[in-house]
Amino acid sequence: MRRIVVVGASAAGLAAAETLRREGYDGTLTLVGDEPLAPYDRPPLSKQLLAGEWEPGRLDLRTPDDLAGLDLDLRLGVPATGLRPADTEVDLGDGSSVPYDGLIIATGVRPRRLPGAGGHVLRTLDDAMRLRERLAPGRRLVVVGAGFLGGEAAAVARRLGCEVTLLEPAPVPLAHAVGARVGEMLTDAHRERGVDLRCGVTVTEVTGHGVRLADGELVEADEVLTAVGSMPNTDWLVGSGLTVGDGVVCDEYCGAARDVCAAGDVARWFNPLFGRSMRIEHRTNAAEQGMAAARNLLRPEARKPFAPVPYFWSDQYDMKIQAYGYLRGHDEVAVVEGDVAERRFVAVYRTGDRVAGALAVGVPPRELRRWRQAIATGVRWREAVQIDAVAN
Amino acid sequence: MKVELEADKCVASGQCVLAAMDVFDQDDDGIAVLLDERPADENLDGVREAVAICPAAAIRLVDQ
Repeated sequence: MRRIVVVGASAAGLAAAETLRREGYDGTLTLVGDEPLAPYDRPPLSKQLLAGEWEPGRLDLRTPDDLAGLDLDLRLGVPATGLRPADTEVDLGDGSSVPYDGLIIATGVRPRRLPGAGGHVLRTLDDAMRLRERLAPGRRLVVVGAGFLGGEAAAVARRLGCEVTLLEPAPVPLAHAVGARVGEMLTDAHRERGVDLRCGVTVTEVTGHGVRLADGELVEADEVLTAVGSMPNTDWLVGSGLTVGDGVVCDEYCGAARDVCAAGDVARWFNPLFGRSMRIEHRTNAAEQGMAAARNLLRPEARKPFAPVPYFWSDQYDMKIQAYGYLRGHDEVAVVEGDVAERRFVAVYRTGDRVAGALAVGVPPRELRRWRQAIATGVRWREAVQIDAVAN
Repeated sequence: MKVELEADKCVASGQCVLAAMDVFDQDDDGIAVLLDERPADENLDGVREAVAICPAAAIRLVDQ
C-alpha cells in the first residue's frame, strides 16, 4: 500500500495514523478532519474545560512536533462528502478527491437534536466554549437527558453556581445502561447537590426561553443543553456500497469492505469476546480500535480479531465511576463489594451465564482489574460469584 | 528513551498498567505512577502502546 487515507481526525483517526507509522508504513498518509483544529480530546469538554479549569490548548492530543513527525498529508476543516470504492477515491467538501489503496473510516458521531430552535449540544470544542461562556452563578440551565454527558454537565454547572434542571424521559436515569440501582444512586447524588432532576418527562421542543414538555408545560431556562445521544456520521457513505446500520458495519477485524476499515464511535463491529456486534462511544475504545484497524489494514495476512473489554469512566461531583465490559442488556446486577448507598461499591453484571461487566464507584481502580480479567476470559457467573465469596 | 507522565491529566483508566506493567502502576485514586522513567528496551513496545492508548494523552516517550 502506498496511499492510505484516514477520514476523521479525532482520537480514533489519530491512533490509526500513529499506528500505521509505528508499524513501518512509509507511504502517503492523508488525515481528513471536518474541524479546523488539530486532534483534540473530547472527554474534558464536559469536565475540566466546561468547568473553566483547563483552557482549550490542554486538550491537544499531540504536540505540533509529534504531529509533524507523522509526516501527514493533513486536510483539516474539510469534511469527506463521498466514497467511491470502484474508483478508490474519497471526495472532500472542497471539491477535491483523494485516492487510496487503504481507507480507515473514523468519522465519529454527532449529537442528536430535538425539534425547535437554539440550545446547546456538547460534542466539539466550539460547543463547549459556547456553553461555558453562558454558565455563571444564578443562570438557569436546563439539561435534557440524564445520561453520562448530561450528568457531567449538570454537575459542573451546579459547581459553577447555576440553577440546574435535569430532564430525563426514563423513570430512572441510565437504568438501561448500568441498572436501576446505580441509576437511583446517581439520581440521589444529583438531588443532594440541588439539581432539580425530573424523570419520566418528555421534551417535545427547545424554545428560545426553555423547553416545552409533552404535557404542554414550559420549563423556563436561560440556556438549554440537549444531551440525548448521538448518531454515527455515515451520511457521506450513502451510495458507497458499504453496509451502514447504526454505524459502519464491520466484521471482527474492523473490516467494512476490501481495504476499508472503520474505528471509533462510528464503527459497529462484531466483538467475538461477547459474541455480538456493538458500537462503543468511549474514549478508550476509539484509541484501541484505531490501532487495531490500522494493523489489520496494513497486514491483512496477520489480521487479528478486535476483541476488547470496553472501558469507560465518568466524573460526577466527587464520584469517579469506572466500568469494564458490556453492561447493556444485562440480565442481573450483583453488588459484590461495598455498599451502593455509601457510594463505595463494585457491581458486576451478568449476561446469560457469564460476567459481562463490572462497575465501581469510590474504590481503588486497581481492584477492578480482576473483574476485567474475569470478563476478558469469559468466566462463568457462578464461578465468579463463588470466587468472590471465598475472597471475602 | 525517557517516559514523561503528566499526572494531573491522568483519568485513572489504568490502560497504561495493562500495556506496560513494569513501567506503570496506579495509586489508590487510580492516578498513574511512573515506576521506571527509563525503561529497558524490551519494555519500550509496551510503553509505546501505553502512549497510544492513554485516553488522556498524559504519557509521552521522548528521545533523550
